[in-house]
Formats: sequence, C-alpha cells, structure tokens
Amino acid sequence: MAKQYETVIGLEVHIELATKTKIFCGCSTEFGGAPNTHTCPVCTGMPGSLPVLNRQVVEYALAIGLATNCKITQVCKFDRKNYFYPDNPQNYQISQLYLPIARDGFVEIDTPSGKKKIRIHEMHMEEDAGKLVHDEWDDTSLVDYNRSGVPLVEIVSEPDMRSADEVIAYLEKLRMIVQYLGASDCKLQEGSMRADVNLSVREAGTDSLGTRTEMKNLNSFKAITHAIEGERARQIELLEAGKDVVQETRRWDDNKEHSYAMRSKEDAQDYRYFPEPDLVPIVISDEWIAQVKARQPELRTEKLERYKKEFDIPQYDAEIITESKRMADIFEAAAAICKKPKKVSNWLMVETMRLMKEYGTEADRLSFSPENLAKLIDLVDDGSISGSVAKKVFEQVFLHDADPEKYVEEHGLKVENDEAALEETVRKVLSDNPKAVEDYRGGKEKALGALMGQTMRAMKGKANPATVNRMLRELLKSE
Amino acid sequence: MANKISDETIEYVGILAKLELSEEEKEAAKEDMEKMLDYIDTLNELDTAGIEPMSHVFPVNNVFREDVVTNGDGKEETLANAPLRKEDSFEVPRTIG
Repeated sequence: MAKQYETVIGLEVHIELATKTKIFCGCSTEFGGAPNTHTCPVCTGMPGSLPVLNRQVVEYALAIGLATNCKITQVCKFDRKNYFYPDNPQNYQISQLYLPIARDGFVEIDTPSGKKKIRIHEMHMEEDAGKLVHDEWDDTSLVDYNRSGVPLVEIVSEPDMRSADEVIAYLEKLRMIVQYLGASDCKLQEGSMRADVNLSVREAGTDSLGTRTEMKNLNSFKAITHAIEGERARQIELLEAGKDVVQETRRWDDNKEHSYAMRSKEDAQDYRYFPEPDLVPIVISDEWIAQVKARQPELRTEKLERYKKEFDIPQYDAEIITESKRMADIFEAAAAICKKPKKVSNWLMVETMRLMKEYGTEADRLSFSPENLAKLIDLVDDGSISGSVAKKVFEQVFLHDADPEKYVEEHGLKVENDEAALEETVRKVLSDNPKAVEDYRGGKEKALGALMGQTMRAMKGKANPATVNRMLRELLKSE
Repeated sequence: MANKISDETIEYVGILAKLELSEEEKEAAKEDMEKMLDYIDTLNELDTAGIEPMSHVFPVNNVFREDVVTNGDGKEETLANAPLRKEDSFEVPRTIG
C-alpha cells in the first residue's frame, strides 16, 4: 500500500500597518505615489540620519498582539538585521529578534472537525524594504524607496497547519482581526498582507518534522493554495524516489504555477543581528496595555452575538454580514438611520450578495453609503416605489452610490398616487381581459393575479400594488 | 595578543561584508580585529553578575514621534547622488531572473 503523508505548515505573515507615516520618519505611507516621492534621508539610509519610532506603530502592534492572545513583552527593543540588497538602502533592516513585542499567542479557526487553535510563536515590528521593478528590455532593475520604512508586523505561527484549507482559514481569521482593529487593510494583491509558507511532509503517524522549504511571493489565496499543493507533491515525489528534500527558499511563479529555488541553506544568510544602537528601548506599562485593551473595538465574535441579540438577526445572516468589517459597518449605520435592521439585513443578504456575485466584487470593496441604502428602504416602506423598481434603483446605489430619492425623481419611477389615472388603467385592463374577469367572478381567485400583472405592466411598475389590488377588487365587485 | 582570528574567519567576514581583500589587507584586518577583541575582553575583568544587559548607554526609554506627515516630496534630494538614475528611480544591475 502506498504511504500516507501528512503536510506540516507554518506561516510567516507580514502585515503593513495603516499608519499615516513611516515607522521611523515623517514620510507618507500612501500607496501608489510617483517613485521616490515619499522619501527622506532616514528611510533611504543616508549617513548621519536618525530614526525616531512612530508611537502609532507600537499601538497597532499592541492591539494585534492582544487580539491574538499574545503575551506582551513589556521591555522590548529593536535589532539590526544586516544584509545587502538594492531594496534595502541602509544595508540593514531595523527589526526585532531578541525581544519581539508579542509572544505565545493563538487564534482559533473552524475546520470540518471543529475548532482548532493555531499557535503564534511571536510577533515583531519591523520596517518594509523598497520596491524593485525589473526592466523587461534592459538588464537593469529600478528601485523605488517609497515603501522603504513603511511599518510592518511579522506574525510567525507554530507549524500547526495541516492543509491549504487550514492555511486559508488562518489567514482569513488574521485578516479579519486586523481589519476590525483598523490596523491594516490587509490587501494581498497590493501587498499589505503577505504570507511566506514553511512546508514539510512526513509519513502519517510520525512525530518528527521533515525538512522544510520556505515559499515566497504568494499574493493571493489561490496562489497560496496552488503553491501548497504543488510543494507537497514535489516533496513527496522526492521522498518516494529515495531523495532528500533540500532546505531552501523557493519563489512561486503564479503564471507558471511552479516554484523554483532561490537560495539553499549552504549560502543561507548570516544576518549578524545586534541591538539597534539608534533607538532606545520601549517600556510598555500595565496602564498602556490597559488603555489599548479599553480602546479595542468590538471584534467579530462579539459583534455577531450582539447582532443576534440586539437586532434579532439569524445566525447565518449575522455570520455573512460580520464576515467583512465593511459590510458590518454599512449594516449598522443603515440600521441606525432607518431603524429597520431586518430590512437592511435582507437587502444585504439578498440583493447585495446577488450583485456582488454578478459584478465579481468582494464585501470589502462595497462602495455605496449606508445613507442611500436607508433612503431606499424608506422609499419602499412609504409606498413611493414598488419592490421591482426598488431592485433596479438599488443596482444604481450598489454601482454608483446613487441617491435613490433623486434617481427615482429623475427617472419618473415614483408610484402614481393619482387614483383617477390608475382607475382608468384598471378599467381598460378589465375590458381588455373579459376571460379573466369572468374566471374571477366564477370563483377563480387566481385570475386576479393575471389582472394585477397586466395593470402593473400598463403602469410600468409605478403603481402601488396594494392600491391596485384594492381597486381591482372594488371594480370587479361593482360591475 | 590573546585573541586569534583564523584565515577562515577573515574570509567569512569578508564575504558577509561583500569585501574583496588582498592578502596584505587580510593580514592587517586580522591584526585590527584581534586588537579589538582583546580590548573588549577588558570588560571580563568586571563582575557583571546581576546586571541587566543594556542596548543603550543613556537611561532613556520610549522616545516616540506622533503619526503626522512632516515630510514632502523628497525625490530630488534622495536621487541627487544616485550613481545611475532612470527617470525617477535608482537604476541597479538586474536583481532577478
């Protein structure tokens, strides 16, 4: 019988913090600026420049550490990691090795066999490197230092994951926690969240770890899944052929769906870490920790419970809505304006989900304002527009954040409350459909539906269905 | 001198620092490093039991700046001494496949 293998995976996750400025200088962290516009002597490593730590970086790191159940290192320091590469103008990266800000935490993920704890070994603060753009035609690379000095936390997990599904669940959990804290937008495509995957395989049932490889350059959940599956297969193939797995760093090529070795252990780097002499230690008092804890926004689990209790929203709906902070924010704000939480929830669960699917966007990218959703709900409720018109108007809200009142006005979608005009239409429908009228009078209640449909069509949806229904019944009775 | 730097060590340190040293330079560097290590050994004469290791000589903690943008477009200053410049980026030998 073929051998069974188990995959053992640990993750190093880098998250760019949502500060306005870099970690050690007052340069902007804004994404997408023209090359080298967000630079100064500090973040380009000019001799004689001195770093000063951004307090907000420590605040965010503390918030993430506490939300992932870590112990906070109350006296922590920075260290210098020395390496030479063009993306690193100082020839060292300021990071934390000996006393990282947080240690020994965990997050819980859902797996098919129940809840599972993924332990966090440590989390540290560090600065990001610059960006290299490779010239297609020239044999050169171009360096942009706008990203140099952007604050990062690196979260190092224990090797507790066993499949790509568990890895994705862990990343989604981390992303949700960090987004809820407002500490980062965690966009994989833009690189504000990046994961390096450490993977080894071993025969099922054994305890010792196999030789692992580290995979870099994974910038979507799909790439992570493919890379894990590919690397597992590659390692098993080596072992089956009686060969050894070489401990090395591999780079994933998403276009070719293939990884290749970047560097092996033989030329592994010796970073010659030493305490950073340009920065003083950080002492985190009990009071500071208490303050950060007190400011901690409501996390997803708490929010979910509150929605069920406060708004009487079913578990499933509450799960969907709280899965993205953006959607939860829209829900709460719209519910507060129109005071109809259940209706807001319905619009999010049905039409919003349908349009997200149709237009292929994610909940985090919803761009309509809660005010406009609330207005739309009010328009339906006071009988100004019919349900079918509301769906059309909502599509405009969803796509362009259209103001429903204006849109309805400009496109003449308002229900006609002119009873005389409506009566005329109803009379015409009745005289045009003698068969249905006869059926109804003969006791076929269903025939009314057909007459309703005809009337609404004739009114181009701009009639209040309840009024049409009443008028049809009255006229059918009287004649 | 009490400390001895081997040929392997000086070779390795040279590789890490991306330095190519001639034989004479290697010998001179070995001698300098030995002297430095001997000097540092002076510290061993002190009894440091029970003393917290320190990373900084000043008794100062928690020096922070607030998260406020203070720097404008620093492009020209940053690129002023670039050995090679292409448009608004530094140009370096190709770094990847």
